[in-house]
Amino acid sequence: MTPRPRPGGRLVRSYVVTDGRARPTRNTLDLITLLTAADDPPPTGLTPEKRRVTELCRHGALSLGEVAGHLGLPVSVTKVLVADLMDSGHIATRTPSPGFHNPFEQGERPSAVRRFDAGILQEVLDGLRARL
Amino acid sequence: MGFAPASDDVYLRPTVRRALKVLVVGHFAVGKTTFVGTLSEIRPLRTEEVLTQAGALVDDLAGTRDKTTTTVALDFGRLTLNPSLVLYLFGTPGQQRFTRLWADMTRGALGALVLADTRRLSDSFEVMGTLEDLGLPYAVAVNDFDGAPVHDLAEVREALDLLPETPLVRCDARDPDSSTRALIALAAYLLSRDAELEHA
Ligand SMILES: Nc1nc2c(ncn2[C@@H]2O[C@H](COP(=O)(O)OP(=O)(O)OP(=O)(O)O)[C@@H](O)[C@H]2O)c(=O)[nH]1
Ligand SMILES: [Mg+2]
Repeated sequence: MTPRPRPGGRLVRSYVVTDGRARPTRNTLDLITLLTAADDPPPTGLTPEKRRVTELCRHGALSLGEVAGHLGLPVSVTKVLVADLMDSGHIATRTPSPGFHNPFEQGERPSAVRRFDAGILQEVLDGLRARL
Repeated sequence: MGFAPASDDVYLRPTVRRALKVLVVGHFAVGKTTFVGTLSEIRPLRTEEVLTQAGALVDDLAGTRDKTTTTVALDFGRLTLNPSLVLYLFGTPGQQRFTRLWADMTRGALGALVLADTRRLSDSFEVMGTLEDLGLPYAVAVNDFDGAPVHDLAEVREALDLLPETPLVRCDARDPDSSTRALIALAAYLLSRDAELEHA
């Protein structure tokens, strides 16, 4: 879809939802960071949007991008909300298995030569072939 | 205000621990949304990101409220590859090389599949240039649109000025097997490239 001009309505809403902040409190969050809701803190005192995020994640794990898509929020706004919810203990990331190289958490630049371990690339290939 | 999707299938299996991503890029109406929808096991999701006209992701929301903004749509789908691994597909025009959204999508991506239309091959140059700038490896899938002249793949390769090792396949984005094969071509290329880097 080509970008199309839009009046600023959505902007105003994003601004309100994030208390005017555009940057999340942590920069390790990615579109494919896997999220689950923690059981402990009750969702009391959360803004309606944050409550929706925790409610959605309570039923199972989803990536941050999926959370944005289900809730109809821009990805940038979702990151701000999720980072806050991680700070307050409402949302946790699903821990990758040991040895899994997570390029985001190492702050790799986009232009850096990506190295994925051959094992995982083989898993991708096998998984795709199994779908035929 | 609660929110629970209608079906349990929207959630990841409890055993999933790792997620990877591949971008599906190409010019206007080349089949990106179709491709992601054909392969996704979930109903494809779509989000929109607000950008200023200049292409910056809206950062200082207060200061930019009066400026003209555009939105960029992002389609995404999911494939569970094995009990612990999922692959996300992100469909996007791929021409926003200066935006944070684009940097975000490409960072940590395995690679990209460039969809191309034989009727408008030169429209793919900008996307391929962007990927090359970022050092993101890619494969090219030519969609055979109804009524489009059928070209020999060798001709297409030459017209697109592809490197000899860049995979080039035909693909019907409406067909699951054909679309899966296009991703397989990309994955096999990434694996062979990795083996070469290993020996370099
Ligand atoms: N014959 C044929 N038609 C296709 C193929 N892929 C997509 N189409 C058709 O082409 C049209 C455009 O496809 P989309 O998937 O919307 O393309 P897109 O790249 O998402 O378009 P934008 O988001 O508008 O840039 C639709 O009518 C599709 O049904 C293909 O492989 N073969
Ligand atoms: Mg589309």
